[in-house]
Order: sequence, then C-alpha cells, then structure tokens
Amino acid sequence: MSRYFTQDHEWIQVDGDTATVGITTYAQSQLGDIVFVETPEAGKTVAKGDDAAVVESVKAASDVYAPASGTVVEGNPALADNPALVNEDPEGEGWFFKLTLSNAAEVEALMDEAAYKDFVDSL
Amino acid sequence: MSQDVQEPEAEALAPELLPLDAWHRARGGRMVPFAGYEMPVQYEGIMAEHLWTREHAGLFDVSHMGQLLFSGADTDAQLETLLPGDIKGLIPGRMRYSLLLADNGGIHDDLMVTRLGDENAFEIDAGAFYMVVNGATKWDDLGVFREALPDEVAINHLDEQALLALQGPEAVTALERVVPGVASLVFMTAAAFEWQGNPLWVSRSGYTGEDGFEISLPGDAAEAFAEALCAQPEVKPIGLGARDSLRLEAGLPLYGHDLDLDTNPVAADLGFALSKRRREEGGFPGAEAILADRANGSATKRVGLIVEGRQPVREGAIVVDDSGTQIGTVTSGGFAPSVQKPIAMAYVPAALATPGTRVTLSQRGKTHNAEVTSMPFVPHRYVRKGA
Repeated sequence: MSRYFTQDHEWIQVDGDTATVGITTYAQSQLGDIVFVETPEAGKTVAKGDDAAVVESVKAASDVYAPASGTVVEGNPALADNPALVNEDPEGEGWFFKLTLSNAAEVEALMDEAAYKDFVDSL
Repeated sequence: MSQDVQEPEAEALAPELLPLDAWHRARGGRMVPFAGYEMPVQYEGIMAEHLWTREHAGLFDVSHMGQLLFSGADTDAQLETLLPGDIKGLIPGRMRYSLLLADNGGIHDDLMVTRLGDENAFEIDAGAFYMVVNGATKWDDLGVFREALPDEVAINHLDEQALLALQGPEAVTALERVVPGVASLVFMTAAAFEWQGNPLWVSRSGYTGEDGFEISLPGDAAEAFAEALCAQPEVKPIGLGARDSLRLEAGLPLYGHDLDLDTNPVAADLGFALSKRRREEGGFPGAEAILADRANGSATKRVGLIVEGRQPVREGAIVVDDSGTQIGTVTSGGFAPSVQKPIAMAYVPAALATPGTRVTLSQRGKTHNAEVTSMPFVPHRYVRKGA
C-alpha cells in the first residue's frame, strides 16, 4: 500500500486497484472547524481533477477533487453525523470516499509523503 | 481541494498594519487582509472562540473601524441632515445606532454616534460627537460628511486611536478589575476613564448580542492594555471570524453584506433607527421614499432563516419560488455555533416575511429548505438601565 498527495491537499491511499481519498492534516488545519461534508454516492464515476466532494468549515466552502479517475465505492457514512472527524483524524477515520481506480498509473504522477511535506513547507 | 467561497477578498493595495499587529501574531492569530488592514481572523478556532465569548469574555481588535469626532456650532442639527436619528435629543454620554443615508434612501453606512460631555477622552469641547463607522467604508463616509457638512463643523479622523471590544457575560467582571468604575455604565452609555495615565473612552456596547464594552484608546497604549485584559482569567483574544458568527446569531446586519446603497432602512428592518421626531419632521436624505415605505410597507424585508440539514447556506445563495425563479437573496449565512444549525439572513418578498413561512434556497445547483424565523437567533443579553 502506498499513499500519494496532490497540490490541492488531497491524499490517496492505493491498495491494488482500490483507493481511499481524504484531505490532509495541513488542509484541515487551514480550513478550521469543519461543520459539513458532502461525499459522492456509490456508483458515481469521476475523472481525475473532477469535483468529487464538498467540505465546509464555519467560514468557507471548498471543493475536494478526485486525485485519480475511477468509480466511487462508498462515501464515508460517519462524516454525515460527525463532520468534525475530519479535524480529529483527517488522514485516518476522517476519509471522504473510496474509489475503484480506472487508471492506476495516474497516481504515479502525484507526490509521495516526503515530496508533499517539502511542498507544504514551501507554502 | 480548493477554497473558493467566502474567503476575504484580496486587496489591491498592500494591507496596512494596526497597532496590535505584532501582538496578534505573537498570540497565534491567523492574519488576513480585511478592509485594507491585516486582521486576525482566528486564533484557536472560530467555534471555540465563539462559544468562549458567549460564556466568558472575548477581546476583539476592531481598530480598523473609523473613529470620527464632529465639533462646532450646531453639530447636532448638522448631523441630522444626514442621519435619521434624534441626534439633538442625545444627552451627554448617550449613544445611538444610526445610518448615513444617501439621497435615494439607500445606506452609505451604519454607525454608532455618541454625544460627548465636558469630561471626555479626546480633549474636545462638550457638544462634540464621537462616531464609530465601518472600516471598509470610512474613507467614503469621510467624503460624504465633508461634502455635505458646512465648514463650521470640524471633522477629526482619530486614525492613531485603537478600538477594542470586550464582549461576553464576564466582560464586566474582567474590565471592572482593570478599569474600576466601568460597571456603572448601562447599555448604550459611555464615559471617560483612565488606565496607567492613558485616556480611555469606554462605552457599554458592541455587536455580538452579549453584554460588553468598546474601548477607544491611544494606539501606542493598545498592546499593554490588551495584555492587561488577557491576563484576566475570563478573557481570550477572539478573531473576526467569530465576530461575524456572533453578530449573525444576534441578528445584526453587516454593512456591505446585509446593508448597502441599494437597501433602505425599512426593507432592512431598521425602522427603529428612524426616531419618532425625525419621522414626523423628515429632513433626512431619502426621507420621502423611506417614510412612504414605512407607511405602505416595503416590497422586500430582511428576515432570519433557519436552514434544514447541516450544510451552511451562505451569502450569494438565492431564494427561489416553486418554478426556480429568484425571488430573494441570502446576504449572510453560515453555521451558527451556539444554535448548532446553519442560519442565514435574506431579503424576501414582504408576503414571505412572516415567521414560520417556509422558503426554498438555491446554492451551487443544490436546493435547501429553510424557515423564516424571528431574530435574534440567540437572545440579546444587554444590561439596560433599571435591569
């Protein structure tokens, strides 16, 4: 299993041809208190870069993009009742959705953890 | 992920720094450009800061707001040519919410105006007026005042003066310890005090719906004074993010969002700002149109909305009829930390303004159900005379 990161602060954990997507610790710290998350429904197909989910803090709404193309397996049902899970555990229990990847090679273009850390440090 | 909605707009000019700039940064404030200045939007988080203020006391830096002095012969009568409030009837140390009106009855700004007495912090003669106007509009306001008022009225922009707001149920306990005597003030009164040799002008007022104070003081004393306040166990520094959510829950309109040159005081539900004598006498800008709206009813009205579900509906969302046609506009909205629901303010047709009316909102291609409700969303806790 390996984890990749986008410049828009999503993470994607790849396990064979399935993947889990969320937003990074840095992203949640920038957003502040998260009060609402809209996740995609199972069966929806997304292309890399599409709007796939919405995350709203007290102050602002943000789009979450699909880091890779595929078909949504499920949105995280826990976020409907407890959107603050994204603040508490963004890179674990606060995941947004799972995908079946249609082109696993797409993730190769993303940053690994070390490269993402350097990217955030440069902001 | 992209953060694309409701972030403060980038400023064309480099933002200026206010007296407490370094202090905010040292305290962990996240600074953003706002009204031409760098301002703290939050410290530990909007939700926690909002709830702290409702339960204890929050210290807000509102030094970006415009502080103006008006002095000279017949200043009260002159101000009444621009404001619809009973300015002549203000006794020294009393303040009033009023509006700077445009000739068409639209609103240049909303403001607080106080008649000063002999003892004031500004070394100016009794009969002068102290006014606090919005930061984003202060330069335009100054232009309007200078253009409309005769030369006999001197206008002094106190741009070296800081303005702090201490808000919340424990504000009086904390401030009384630092500045003895302030507890004797009641809501909408003001007086001069002193702290370590610095003149303070303290009013019992604010814009959060809570009891609290606004304190005007020399900019070079602001950091030490803020430090003295935050040394009190009741007080934490609070950012502008929570100030916005607090005033929204309090049902208070924000200029540039809920009020502007296209809204008139009756539609904005600010009829209370039209003092009785002034309604009878007229003689303020747009009086004919405003008084006609007051008599006949305005076509639209500012209302409060409670939004179903958990997703916030924000400024710019629209109110739609059954066929999806726009019939109104959301002017403020967000998640209300004390109510634990999304709430909003909107302008709707007068027929839909009754509390309990259900309306449909549309935002980014999605519809939301909402119910018109009376405001404030959270009861005001002002300390009035005799209470």
